[in-house]
Amino acid sequence: MRPDDRHILHIDMNCFYAAVECLHRPEIRGRPVAVGGHEELRHGIVLAKNLLAKHAGVKTGEALWEARRKCPELVVVPPNYRLYQECSRRARMIYYDYSPCVEPFGLDEAWVDVSGSLHLFGMDADLVCREVSERVKAELGLTVSVGHSWNKVFAKFGSDYRKPDAITHVTRENYRTVVWSAPVQELLYVGPATRRKLHAVGIETIGQLAETDASVMRSLLGKVGEVLRVFARGEDASKVKEFDAAANDVGHVIKSIGNGLTAPHDLVCATDVKALVYLLAESVAQRLRECSLRATVVAVHVRDAGLSSYSRQAALDTATCLTAEIARAAFGLIARAEPLDGTRRLRSLGVRAAGLVRSDAPVQLDVFGDAAHRLDLECLEGAIDALRARFGNRCVRRATAISDEAMAGFDIKADNVIHPVGLFNP
Amino acid sequence: MVQGIAERIKRYVAVVALTDSEGVVTPREVHWFDGRVYEVDEVLDVQRRASLKVGGFGLRYLVRVGKTKTYLFYEQPRWFVEEIVPETETVLQPRLEG
Repeated sequence: MRPDDRHILHIDMNCFYAAVECLHRPEIRGRPVAVGGHEELRHGIVLAKNLLAKHAGVKTGEALWEARRKCPELVVVPPNYRLYQECSRRARMIYYDYSPCVEPFGLDEAWVDVSGSLHLFGMDADLVCREVSERVKAELGLTVSVGHSWNKVFAKFGSDYRKPDAITHVTRENYRTVVWSAPVQELLYVGPATRRKLHAVGIETIGQLAETDASVMRSLLGKVGEVLRVFARGEDASKVKEFDAAANDVGHVIKSIGNGLTAPHDLVCATDVKALVYLLAESVAQRLRECSLRATVVAVHVRDAGLSSYSRQAALDTATCLTAEIARAAFGLIARAEPLDGTRRLRSLGVRAAGLVRSDAPVQLDVFGDAAHRLDLECLEGAIDALRARFGNRCVRRATAISDEAMAGFDIKADNVIHPVGLFNP
Repeated sequence: MVQGIAERIKRYVAVVALTDSEGVVTPREVHWFDGRVYEVDEVLDVQRRASLKVGGFGLRYLVRVGKTKTYLFYEQPRWFVEEIVPETETVLQPRLEG
C-alpha cells in the first residue's frame, strides 16, 4: 500500500438472515436452516440459508418445495425483517466507532473508510479488521467477512474471497495474484449477461479484463465496459459516502419509490386488481409524503400466472402525492394493457412513483383543475398519516383495499424493506 | 452441557432500574415470575453482548445477587436472564444463577 492510499473495509455479515434466526432460536442451531417466504401467500422461496443448507445444495431464490426435496431435514423459518433491520442498525453503530464514512450496501454489507482513524491503531489495518470482526461476533453473535483494500471494489472482492469469519487484505503487492487470477464474474457488476459477452471475446479472468484496451471494452459493453476496466485495474476512486439515517436509510438521492406484492391468489377481475393497486398506492403515496416528495410519473409492473412480466408507465398532468391519483393512474395503465375479464390471471403487481420533485417545488396550476379540492385532499391524507403514525397503518383503510379478504390484513408500508442500492449513485 | 443443567431458556423478567441524569441505566431489583424479588447488590460489569445460550442481544449486566453472580440482559425495552433448567428435578425450580 502507498502512504497516501485510502484504507477501505467492506464488511459482509455471513448468511445474514439465517444467522440472525439461528442466534435468536438456539433450538435450530446445528441444523440446515432456510429463511423462506410464506407458502400460503405464494411467497414460498428461499430468501437466505445457512452454511449447512448451502452444503446440502439449497440455493437462494429457489422454491421451498425444491429446497426440501434436496434437503428433507431443512428447517424453514419465516422472515423477521424488523429484527434484521435492528441487527443491521446495531452493526452500523459498531462501524461508526471507527469512521463517520459508513456506506451500507443492503442490510448485511457496508463499506467503511477508516483512513482517518487508522493512526489510532498504529496504522495497522489488520488490527481494525480483527477488532470490528470480534466486536460484531461478541455484541451481535454474528460472523463477518472483512475485505480491506485501497478502493471499494477490491475491498468488496476481499470480503467475498474468503468466508465465513475471515479477513482478506487486497494490497498493491498481492492484487495481481489474488484478484486478477479470479474468474471475471467475481468482479462487482459482472453478471451472467456481461460474463457471456466477455467470454465471447476470450476474457475469462479479472486480470484479462484489466489488461484489455479501453476502446475494446467500450465497443464491447459501452460506457459500462470502461467502468468495469477501471474496477478491474483497482483505479476506482469513488468515495465511501457518509451515511445519512435521515435520508430514509438509503443515504442517496431517491429516484423512485415503489412497492410490489405477489398476491395470495391470482387476480382475475378489475375488483381484484383494484384492491391490490390501492394497497400498493397507499404505501407509495404515504412514503412520498414522508419524504416530502411528489411524483410526476407512475409506473406499474405486472407479472402473470405464467411468470412473464412487463412494465408500463405514464406521465401525470400534475405532480402528486395523493393515493387516489396514483392508484387511478396505475389502475388505468393496467386496464389498458389487460382485459380484466377473467381470461388472464395475474400473479403479482408493482406500483412505482418516479419523476420525483420536492413537495415545496412550485406547481403549475391547471385552469380547468380544482386546486382547492386537491389541497383539501392533501390535508385529509396528512391527517390520516398522523393517525397512522399514532395508531398503526391499518387504523384507517380504504373500502376498496379491504374488498379482498385475503389481502385486507396486509400492511405493505410497514413490511416495506429497502434493498441494496446501486453503486452508481450521485 | 454443564453438569446438572438440562438447558437454558430465555426468561423475560420485570426489573426495577434507576436511570440517572446521564441516561445510565442501573438495575436494582429483579422480580421473578413467581413473585420473588431479588435485590441487585452490585453491578460488576456492563458490555454490549449477544446471548449465545438463549438468543438475543443488548446490554449485558454482570450483577451480584447475594453470593451469586449472574448475567442480566437489557434487550431494550425488555430485560431477560438465561434461566437454568435443572437436569434432575422433575418439577422445574427456576433459579437465577449464572
